[in-house]
Amino acid sequence: MHKAKAPIDYNNAVITIKGLQKSFEENEVLRGIDLELYQGENLVVLGRSGTGKSVLIKVISGLLKADNGQIKVLGQDINAITDKQLQELRIRIGFSFQNSALYDSMTVRKNLEFPLVRNRRNLTQKEVDKAVETVLEAVGLSKTINQMPSELSGGQRKRIGIARTLILNPEIMLYDEPTAGLDPITCIEINELINEVQERYHTSSIIITHDLTCAKQTGDRIAMLLDGQFQRQGSFEEVFDTKDERVKPFFDYNFIQ
Amino acid sequence: MDTENSTALQLKKKVKPRKRIINFFLSLYDINKFIIRFFKEAFVPPFEFKEIVRQCYEVGVRSFTLISLTGFIVGLIFTKQSRPSLGQFGATSWLPSLVSIAIMRALAPLVTALIAAGKVGSSIGAELGSMRVTEQIDAMEVSGTKPFKFLVCTRVLATTLTIPILATYTALIAILGGYVNVATNEGTSYSTYMQQVFDPLTFVDFTASLIKSIVFGFTIGIVGCYQGYNSTKGTEGVGKAANGAVVTAMFLIFIEEIVIVQISSWFR
Repeated sequence: MHKAKAPIDYNNAVITIKGLQKSFEENEVLRGIDLELYQGENLVVLGRSGTGKSVLIKVISGLLKADNGQIKVLGQDINAITDKQLQELRIRIGFSFQNSALYDSMTVRKNLEFPLVRNRRNLTQKEVDKAVETVLEAVGLSKTINQMPSELSGGQRKRIGIARTLILNPEIMLYDEPTAGLDPITCIEINELINEVQERYHTSSIIITHDLTCAKQTGDRIAMLLDGQFQRQGSFEEVFDTKDERVKPFFDYNFIQ
Repeated sequence: MDTENSTALQLKKKVKPRKRIINFFLSLYDINKFIIRFFKEAFVPPFEFKEIVRQCYEVGVRSFTLISLTGFIVGLIFTKQSRPSLGQFGATSWLPSLVSIAIMRALAPLVTALIAAGKVGSSIGAELGSMRVTEQIDAMEVSGTKPFKFLVCTRVLATTLTIPILATYTALIAILGGYVNVATNEGTSYSTYMQQVFDPLTFVDFTASLIKSIVFGFTIGIVGCYQGYNSTKGTEGVGKAANGAVVTAMFLIFIEEIVIVQISSWFR
């Protein structure tokens, strides 16, 4: 099982969530989530589809507003900061979307340049080019620089999506279903990339998935989301060492590498 | 059972229109907020000049061929259809003046706006709608950039700037269409025709036409962006956004036409 090479600082929580509640009309999705993500940690949030895993990271990134609860990210209360402060905070958070969310009308180069030139306006074109080449190299896709997103495979799109977030040197990475819709070999490559990113950029990450291989390969800690709350937390083995009928089938039906 | 059903239906009927009215006012409030946000963000630096120019080019190119063709045909047909009526009073020599006033005051801005609403408005609605449902707008937001400024402000400014240029072009092409008909039937020379075209036009005509085109351009942009930016429900939402962009923009264009014609007539 993978363990992060950089030590986890358990005295430094980069994300602290207390009593988070979120509903969509009458559908109560998150019912009092408590969570801490520590500096240098890879936390995997496991759960069935529709349990609110993606909602959780969207609330952390400020894309959705919580109904109740306190969410502190890098020391700032998401609910209490101004739009400008939120924008500045978001630069320090990388968000990798489930479907990559690459900008269709732009080449890979423009996709990567987009956040950089708008957040670091004093950079020269040479510095921008250098940053683009560095992140492309980090995800192993230097040759795709002039391609359009439609010309890339699913795995390549995921990698470019991750590269686009890395270009701003984020402190926290949020991965939404990073291996969804990929073949098993590409899944393993993406899992390895997540670990490489953690080691190279010293990020702390939340990885949302229902893929146990991904959870096992990338997670320092697993949190199982059931009925809108974290029912079990711990190492992979600890989480699945249970007779809980809601957790066992999850393990039994998954293919473990 | 029947009684129960009919009661339920009656209840539904009672609730539905009320909900519709509430939704209508809620969407009016939303549009209002969207417009205010546009004015707050569009004129505050940093500006996206490159994107505005790119969008202007897109708007112009997308509608150019259709507008050229439609403008010419409108001028030609309008002249042809007006001839018999004027002929009854022996006033066919007034055709160029009639054509120019009709085209300048009403037809050119209106025809251009309706074509642009169909071509450009639907395209903006679909493009932003698809960006919304594929989380591209969210991706821009979480990377600390301002998607509203980049996507909405640039497109609205582009349509507001480009539609008046296209409307002027349509007017010239339509006048040319009118000339083809007049020259064929009356043998009027080009210079005489042009003199008769511009003689009756006043400053108010040009100004009203320009203001109208600016308002139409803004409407097409803001409606398309609003529909696309707020689209939901996956691919179905993209279709609805494109459709809503065209229908709402066309409806508003006609309302604005009535209002501006009324106001401009006070200055004549």
